[in-house]
Amino acid sequence: MADGGIGAAITRKEDRRFLAGRGTYTDDINRPGQVYAAIVRSPHAHARVKSVDVSQALAFPGAVAAFTGADMAADGVGGLPCGWGITQIDGSPMAEPPHPVLQAERVRHVGDPIAVVLAETRNGARDAAEKVAVEYEVLDPVIDTARADADGAPRVHDEARNNICFDWQIGDAGPVDAAFAKADKVATLNLINTRMATCAMEPRAAVAEYESGTGHYTLYTSSQNPHVIRLLLGAFVLNIPEHKLRVVSPDVGGGFGSKIFHYAEEAIVTWAAAKVGRPVKWTAERAESFVSDAQGRDHVSKAELAMDGDGRFLALRVSTHANLGAYLSSFAPLVPTYLYATLLAGQYATPAIHATVRAVFTNTVPVDALRGAGRPEATYLIERLVDEAASVAGLDPAEIRRRNLVPPDAFPYQTPVALAYDSGNYAETLDAALKDGDYAGFETRRADAKARGKLRGIGLAAYIEACGAAPSAIAGQLGARAGLYESAEVRFHPTGTVTVFTGSQSQGQGHETTFAQLITERLGVPVENVEVIHGDTDRIPFGMGTYGSRSLAVGGSAIARATDKIVAKGKKIAAHILEASEDDIEFSAGTFSVAGTDRTLSIGEVAGAAYVPHNYPLDELEPGLDESAFYDPANFTFPAGCQLCEVEIDPETGTVEVVDFTAIDDFGRIVNPMIVDGQVHGGIAHGIGQALFENCVYDGASGQLLTGSLNDYCMPRADNLPSFRTDTRETLCPHNPLGVKGCGEAGTIGGAAAVMNAVADALKPLGIGHIDMPASPYHVWQAIHQSRNKTA
Amino acid sequence: MGETRKIALTVNGKRYAEEVEVRMHLGDFLRQQLGLTGTHLGCEHGVCGACTVLVDGVSARSCLMLAVQADGRELLTVEGIAPNEEELHPLQEAFRDNHGLQCGFCTPGMLTTLIEFLGDNPDPTEREVREAISGNLCRCTGYQGIVAAALDAAQRLKALKQA
Repeated sequence: MADGGIGAAITRKEDRRFLAGRGTYTDDINRPGQVYAAIVRSPHAHARVKSVDVSQALAFPGAVAAFTGADMAADGVGGLPCGWGITQIDGSPMAEPPHPVLQAERVRHVGDPIAVVLAETRNGARDAAEKVAVEYEVLDPVIDTARADADGAPRVHDEARNNICFDWQIGDAGPVDAAFAKADKVATLNLINTRMATCAMEPRAAVAEYESGTGHYTLYTSSQNPHVIRLLLGAFVLNIPEHKLRVVSPDVGGGFGSKIFHYAEEAIVTWAAAKVGRPVKWTAERAESFVSDAQGRDHVSKAELAMDGDGRFLALRVSTHANLGAYLSSFAPLVPTYLYATLLAGQYATPAIHATVRAVFTNTVPVDALRGAGRPEATYLIERLVDEAASVAGLDPAEIRRRNLVPPDAFPYQTPVALAYDSGNYAETLDAALKDGDYAGFETRRADAKARGKLRGIGLAAYIEACGAAPSAIAGQLGARAGLYESAEVRFHPTGTVTVFTGSQSQGQGHETTFAQLITERLGVPVENVEVIHGDTDRIPFGMGTYGSRSLAVGGSAIARATDKIVAKGKKIAAHILEASEDDIEFSAGTFSVAGTDRTLSIGEVAGAAYVPHNYPLDELEPGLDESAFYDPANFTFPAGCQLCEVEIDPETGTVEVVDFTAIDDFGRIVNPMIVDGQVHGGIAHGIGQALFENCVYDGASGQLLTGSLNDYCMPRADNLPSFRTDTRETLCPHNPLGVKGCGEAGTIGGAAAVMNAVADALKPLGIGHIDMPASPYHVWQAIHQSRNKTA
Repeated sequence: MGETRKIALTVNGKRYAEEVEVRMHLGDFLRQQLGLTGTHLGCEHGVCGACTVLVDGVSARSCLMLAVQADGRELLTVEGIAPNEEELHPLQEAFRDNHGLQCGFCTPGMLTTLIEFLGDNPDPTEREVREAISGNLCRCTGYQGIVAAALDAAQRLKALKQA
């Protein structure tokens, strides 16, 4: 067996080019004769567009062209489509207002695009764009998530009465009401899940070109799923047949959800490239990222948990307002429904759950999936509520969790909210976190901190997520307008090296390494002889992309299936050459052998024979060794684990410091432990970011995004974070060929809850109850002083 | 094209004489005019640190410096860190071995920042490293791999010096 297979923490194949400055990100791509696009965006949150005059822009030196929404409409350009439909409680479809690429009549959020100006240079395009004269009639905006549906609130879309996109529910209200009626104790919490900006370090960019001779379009775009962009852009927006449209996503500098979606700029540059007959390039400035990348979270919820006298959970009732922003982003309706409320059981065997979700439009940037997407919102709600329940029941937070966990012998476990958990051992990850984080010794550390004038707190988060989206049949029943399988092609070359073509699309996750390790493990080819290709619709059979921690579970499983086909064909070839029966051929570690003999052929020799078929069963088999597979999962995967966080608060300044963080995760089988560790670290930092620092703040009166730059929107920095203590436990996924579950979002899904539970624990001695995120110095200081004033 | 000026500078040991727009910042100049796309622009308002380069050995945000200000200076960008096409610098090796990068977008700025820092502080503590890179944002790694890489690189560089 070659080294570097499953379980090996080998260094990454992609690192050399990134370290040497030789990666290729979208903005690094320049096409001969290209022009630069600058987008004219609304400075108002809500306004009627009375007129758009581009004449001054066109007169600007170096300007090449300028187009408005009217120009696109005249060309029959469609609106940006939504890929998921929700059926409301009353059986009617959700409100689905149109989402034009460029707005001609009304703008609905600051940053809404109105026109595009093309010029010979990037700066020239920006200068010329400033000359576009737009006359607005400013309207009152609606911003607030919880009040967007109030009577008399400004209306974002004519199609959505009271700004309601949908009213939706899951679970059965009857048994929940009955359980609350007989409950001994009830814990109640009102909480806000703050809005986040994704802030991938690479701003989005797009370069498009059109070949008039062939009618072929090529779009380079910083995306997590180029095939999906091709489908949405080609079939719904520009009416370009898929065989005439190539979408390439080269190296992508982080995505975290925001690069899943099909954006206006992709349509603008592709359409404009044909209009002007020259390649068109657009790269977002960071300020544009803040007002054009989909944002995440933004829930306002009420949660109630009914318990018996022993603190056992009887029922959970949740009602949530979810803010979708001004338009339906590509997968927006999915996030606060099937990615959120289906996870409300958490790790607990709560017998009855009912949740209602009201999704509303507001004059803010569209909201869609952001690392974790719905599952962090669910985990935050449950895990804060369970801590509140512990308080109400007079139990230790670890003990109340232990009493209510789904036991390890209960799998498959059907929750009251649709999902069937396939495997797990939640008590094991809880116990490991408590042990590794020295839960038992905490009170000593609290006392020590107190002596130093600090408030120390400890917080748990036991999370579960549904990953590996998705069984297409189930997704279809729930409103998906596409399948959610993945494709792979494993191509042997005559000399025995391998190219893998995958529909998964790395944004830094290290697929070129992890997927090569699968080939090493299953086919015995050394990692250095495997090349993984992704991000090009012309080279890869098909792809649904990378999000929802699905790449290994779905994309990797497709590769595994393709390797099975390679082995099956290889056995036939080996049987012929070795003059044995196919049934007697065994394959192990890259070698075909005749059972019970020393007659062998390496897989490289078999590949050679397949491509140079001089001695080959041509009457039974085609030459070549190149197999494709599509894999559609039987169920979601269910990574789960436990995080334990300790914070210290300076009561004089309100500053919260995360001083210790332990994460124990069950991701099923792990292919590369180094890469998995890195995914967990980054996820935790993202969760801590939301808990302590990050928050999109809109001015309620004007609708301006006040946190519209990295000066104002606070991302976690290296000196804000401790080193994290991480470890894993393993229960294998029973339904995919690799036993894997996914690891990309876990840290974020539990992280904010663990931090906020620790903050609440630290503030509890002051009589302070729940405070909302972010636990910034300002918020914490205010809470401390309000409590002091109360007691004074 | 607006007002231009002629500048001469050295980048990664190579001499350049160029005519540049006076308004063009150094990051755009490196990327667009010299084709050195290894330097990345993450925010263009001086916060993220991705575009950090060394100017006469001192770290500078290339988005906050005009190209004309680089006239007569000696620059090091990420493309010039490795000793040759085949080998990596010990800091780059430490990044690879400690999983100090994921998407690679912030990496050039991390490397240049740390080259300067490790030159001034050959034996830093974890806390000092965290403060040294606190002006460089990374969304992928949670910084732990980067910090480990910097500490590892300090040891490697020390061993090289002693050898």
